[in-house]
Formats: sequence, structure tokens, C-alpha cells
Amino acid sequence: MNGGTSLMLADPPGPRGRRRILVGSVAALVVFAGLVALALARLASKGQLDAEIWRVFLDEPELRTLLWKGLLATLRVAVTGMVLAVGLGLLLALGRMSSRRVVRLPATVAVELLRSLPVLMLILFAYLGLPALGWQVSTFWALVLGLTVYNGAVLSEIFRAGVGSIDRGQAEAAAALGLRPLQAFRLVLLPQAVRRMSPTLVSQLVILLKDTSLGFVIAYSELLRSGRGAVEYLGSRYALPVYTVLALIYIVTNGLLSLLARWLDRRQDRRLGAPAAIGPVDPPLTRG
Amino acid sequence: MTGATRADRWDRREGLAIDAVLDNLDIFAEGLRRTVGLSLFATVAALVGGTLLATMRVGPVPPLRWAGTVYVEVVRNTPLTVVFFFVVFVLPQVDIVFSYFTFAVVALSIYHAAMVCEAVRSGINGVDVGQVEAARALGLTFSQNLRLVVLPQALRTVVQPLGSVISALIRNTSIAAAFGVQELTGVVQRLTTANPDAVIAILLGGVVGYLILTLTLAGGLAVTERRLERVR
Repeated sequence: MNGGTSLMLADPPGPRGRRRILVGSVAALVVFAGLVALALARLASKGQLDAEIWRVFLDEPELRTLLWKGLLATLRVAVTGMVLAVGLGLLLALGRMSSRRVVRLPATVAVELLRSLPVLMLILFAYLGLPALGWQVSTFWALVLGLTVYNGAVLSEIFRAGVGSIDRGQAEAAAALGLRPLQAFRLVLLPQAVRRMSPTLVSQLVILLKDTSLGFVIAYSELLRSGRGAVEYLGSRYALPVYTVLALIYIVTNGLLSLLARWLDRRQDRRLGAPAAIGPVDPPLTRG
Repeated sequence: MTGATRADRWDRREGLAIDAVLDNLDIFAEGLRRTVGLSLFATVAALVGGTLLATMRVGPVPPLRWAGTVYVEVVRNTPLTVVFFFVVFVLPQVDIVFSYFTFAVVALSIYHAAMVCEAVRSGINGVDVGQVEAARALGLTFSQNLRLVVLPQALRTVVQPLGSVISALIRNTSIAAAFGVQELTGVVQRLTTANPDAVIAILLGGVVGYLILTLTLAGGLAVTERRLERVR
């Protein structure tokens, strides 16, 4: 994510370059301002900017309660799904790295299959398919199960890549110390890998949180469905304000998740010393 | 619509579960065709839009950089379903009305352009700095540098991340099912309602459809990567 190459693309601008950049900036700002003005004028002419429809959040306490309940339902699915997906992901990663073919093969097939399907199909499998097999599931669990199997498969690949990036010497040293493969994974490889993969891990968890909004397809009353219900009740004029607020809630929640992850990273760095990205945690024990 | 009646007929005759799939094969094919259509149009639009956004984000003009960053950050943290809501329910409020298919293509393109942008940008940042410096030393301008030196090299490292974006796009077309497009997932939903005793078989039919698409893409990517490897 560093701007290394992109910052070097052009020479530091001289007086002429600076003037051209200034002209470009002004032109870009003018164009953006024009586009925004055009959009606002269009919205205003259709009554989409009337204070009345935007004040609905102040005027209707029920709307606030509805959205709040929706957010809680979304978070309930997201947290349950994240915990289960991480668990499943670890199992699948272990399975794929196993030395036994009987374990490795099914795990590989499962991961590759689940990863190449739409999450929505997997949610529908849980929602429509499980009852057809005589196993009744609530919409909550159908959603959680769909999200878990898909994200479990994706997370297992992230875990595997993370563990694969750890110096081989670590695994060899663990084996030399008499640790069994599972112990080596749990005590030596995973703790080091977690710190390296935390950015990818967090963006996958953000994807999981966003995908909870698919609950509206199977009529689970999470945030999005609550908002949709509100618009159906209030009238389609209220689509813009309600969906704008929904989008903001998602953006803020996802932002908080990323912040939380960064904070955890920093805390861990303080506890364990130097950041892992720079080098091995314990240099004297590794070669090179 | 002939499919529903035929499906009903099967329901009455209690055909074997697999027959519910075989007998509705043309409906499946139609759904698959729509999924492919959505994927193709949205992929082209997202590639063009995303490359433009990436150029804005690495360029020297600050307002363009800010605009690109804001776009990517906003879209990346918004669920695709919410993007669909804006396109399908808000645009008609200002008298912008298209078919559901077009709406779906628009929503998919808006969302995945941000992902394409990030993939391309990481590719650009992955190009060795020495290459860029050498090009500058030869007197190439920003756009020459980008066009002749950086992007051709970034293309190689970017094939894989772009491939995952396109694969995600193909899989995400399934969300259009909830917005009035009878693509593969929509077909599966409709057929399962019409054939309650063949739910699993129909779901598996949908799975096979998606596997055909994603595996074809994976194969195409492998070939592309090998080609680019040989050029080097």
C-alpha cells in the first residue's frame, strides 16, 4: 500500500509543471463542482432535497428504533459468522496442510469448490436445501451458515498463505524441539502468521460484514431489510434519505472494524516488541 | 414464462428430482446466458472505470487524487446490495429509468471499478522504482512513463489480482437475482419454488452453472499468465 512507485512517476515539477498541475487542479475542481451542482439541481427539482423527507429521522422515533434493531441484527450475524468462519478456516487450513492424503484431498476440494461459488448460492443452499433434507433452520442460521462456509474457505487460504510465508526454519525448529505438527501450528507458526496476514484478514472480515446484507434476500430482518421496510412504509420518496443513512452506517461500522484491527495490531506490537513485518520475532533462533 | 408452467406440470407428475433439472435445461441455459451477459458488460465497464480511477489516484493532480480516494473508500465499505438499492430505487426517483438488466450492470460496474482500481494501483506500486527512474532519466513525461513503461509491466503482476476481481464480479452477479433479473440464481430460486421436491437437484444445477463460469475464467487466466510469462 505504499505510494513508492506512484510517487516517483514524474520528476518533481518545475515552474511550468507546477503551473500545469494548478491548471489541471482548477479544471478538475470546476468539472467536479459542475457535476455536483447538476446532480443537486436534478435532485432538488424532484423534491429529493426537501427538508421534510430528510427530517424523517428526527420526526419518526420508530424509524430510529427500527434501524437500530436492524444494525444489532446485522452485528449479531456478523460476529457469529466471523467466529465460526475463523474456526472453520483454521480447520480447513490445517486439513490442507496435513501430511495425510485422506485429510488433505477433501479439504482441498471443499476449499476450491466453496471459493468459486457465489455467497448468495451458499446462503440459498442453507435456506432452501437444508429444509429439503429435513433439517429446519431459521433465517438467522441460514445466513450465518452460508457466510461461514464461504468465508471459512477464503480465510483458510489466507491462513495457509500466512503460515507459508513463515521461515521454514521455524517449523523445523519446532519439530526438532519435539512439538507435534498441531502444536507447532498452534504455538509457533500461527502466532507469527497472524500478525503478517492481519490486513488481508481484516478486509475479508469487512467483506463478511458487508455480505450480511444478503440477509434481505431470505427475509432476515437485518439493517438493509429494515431500511427497505421503512421505505415501503413511508413511500418511495424516502428512498434517498433512508439508503444514504444505511450506507453511512455500513461505512462507519466497517471503518470501526478496520480501526479496531489497527489498534489490536499496535497493542500487540507494543507487547511483543518490533513489528513482525520487518523481520523474525526472535532473530537469534533463525538462520539468515 | 413457459418454464413455470412446465415446472408445474412436472410437479404434478412428481418426476424424478434430476428430471426437474434436465427438463428445465433451457431455462437454466437462459439464466446462465444472462449471468454471462451481466458479467461481460460489467467487467468491461469496471476495467475501464477502475483503470481511470487508478490513473487519477497515482497522478499528480491533487483534486483527481482526492476524488479517486474518496470514491474507492466509500464504495469499498458499502455492501454491493446497498449500491443496488441506490441504483434500482433512488435513480427512478429522479426519472432515470432503465431495464433491471441495465441497472444491474450499472451497480456491478460502480462497485467493481473500485476493486479494479485497487488491483491496478497495487500493480503499479509493484513495478520496480528503478524502471520509473530510468524512464524519467530518459525524459519521459508522466503519461508516457505510465503508458510505455509502468502499465505494461504492471499488467503482468496485475493479472492475478484482476482475475480475482473478475471472479468476484461473476459470483456477485447473483445479487441481481434479488433485483428483478432472471439470471442463474434467479432461475434457481424460481425453479425451487415451482419444484419443492427437487430443491437439492436444482440448487446443484445452479452450482454447476457457476462452476462452469469460474473454472473457465481460471483456465483463461492460467493461459494469459503463461503467455505474459513467455513474453518476458
